[in-house]
Amino acid sequence: MTKFHRNGLAKMYLNSIFTNPERLERLLDIAQSSFLPLLEGAIQYTIPLTLISFTIGLILATLTALARISTVKFFQIIARIYVSIIRGTPLLVQLSILFYGLPTVGITLEPFTAAIFGFSLNVGAYASEVIRAAILSIPKGQWEAANTIGMSYSQALKRIILPQASRVSIPPLSNTFISLVKDTSLASFILVTEMFRRAQEIAAFNYEFLLLYSQAGLLYWIFCFLLSLVQGRLENRFDRYVSKA
Amino acid sequence: MIAINNLHKSFGDLEVLKGIDLNVEKGQAVVVIGPSGSGKTTFLRCLNILETPTAGTVAIDGHMADFSKPLPKKQIMEFRKQSAMVFQHYNLFPHMTALENVMEGPVTVQKIDRAEARAKAEELLTKVGLKEKMNEYPFQLSGGQQQRVGIARALALEPKVMLFDEPTSALDPELVGEVLQVMKELALEGMTMVVVTHEMRFAKGVADEVLFMDAGRIVERGTPQEIFDYPKEERTKQFLNLIQNADTI
Repeated sequence: MTKFHRNGLAKMYLNSIFTNPERLERLLDIAQSSFLPLLEGAIQYTIPLTLISFTIGLILATLTALARISTVKFFQIIARIYVSIIRGTPLLVQLSILFYGLPTVGITLEPFTAAIFGFSLNVGAYASEVIRAAILSIPKGQWEAANTIGMSYSQALKRIILPQASRVSIPPLSNTFISLVKDTSLASFILVTEMFRRAQEIAAFNYEFLLLYSQAGLLYWIFCFLLSLVQGRLENRFDRYVSKA
Repeated sequence: MIAINNLHKSFGDLEVLKGIDLNVEKGQAVVVIGPSGSGKTTFLRCLNILETPTAGTVAIDGHMADFSKPLPKKQIMEFRKQSAMVFQHYNLFPHMTALENVMEGPVTVQKIDRAEARAKAEELLTKVGLKEKMNEYPFQLSGGQQQRVGIARALALEPKVMLFDEPTSALDPELVGEVLQVMKELALEGMTMVVVTHEMRFAKGVADEVLFMDAGRIVERGTPQEIFDYPKEERTKQFLNLIQNADTI
């Protein structure tokens, strides 16, 4: 396609919107009528998928981080292998294995379940590095002070180390969370009718790909924008015990 | 109260403690002095098992720890309860207010009722002169105030022995006095204390016994007068000279 030709198409698209009232009306109609199905996809799948996977992922990540910094070699190695595999393979490949691959060995997962597994494992691996770094950033003296007032390892972790580590990890974990919101669109590939798949389905019916995909994109953007506001609030809350100087 | 027998500690090939023997009576304040690298901080940390000694025994109030074999975790925890530590860099919990710092041990470890722990923590903070600062976070306090919270936090566990690891070394000179004052009051109340410090005036004024450590051994011990006015060992004399010279520059 020549450059001239492409420009010509773009011009035609815009012209058709602004000069042809019927065309504009059709687009507005479709935008309006697809808004609710898209939102429904978000509420039914995108948001639950994100929240559940992130929660499970965080637990997994904390355990993995603790395994990485433990003195038991076996735990260290298991954690390293897990992180290496998940970070070293594409999420789309992981989801495909879970949903399309596992039935071969007799394990059949529902689309939503497979997606939860995939995203949780993914968050677990990426966030474990964040949490590990955050735990290691807490001065050794904090462990010692906890020990010297008689705390066990788990008490020290729960009361002293993790509360401080969570402050440090809010910005990088927010990154992980926001990435996850967008990554859930990959679940469309394993038949979860989340927001992006809804957009695909509607567009396949009326051929307004640009409109539908832009609309879905806009909704993702709005979600992520709201999340960044939440991040700001969390940071403020956790910064109350840190010198502003 | 404290009986230490042939205590050894090595970090790899480096032998830091080469056999320490010491008895501390109940109510005594023992001050440990010595050049840096002499092993005095390591010695103190061994008494709370923040460092695990390589050999020897320590008994605090009848609770015996024998380091010739690995100790089970439970025994370490039980042994730690006998003493409490005050750190050079305070090591307060930054995410908790002064009051919460002091309450943390009693509530989380000793499972004491919150209201009761709170009343006790308030009493202790009042005692160290921080009644007005109870609800401040550590970053809002001066170094001297933070260290006094550190002392209150240690006292909250009602230890039989207080261990002080250079408690005033990180402080601005004008803040040293307020911390030493609190420590002096504790000694007068009959608290058994082991203090590693560079504050010679505190050693002279408060200690029942002064130990001079060098190269992993106790070189000389005696009353403050014996150590400061009539030191017998050459190394003790050298060390005291260096300190006095530094004072006159």
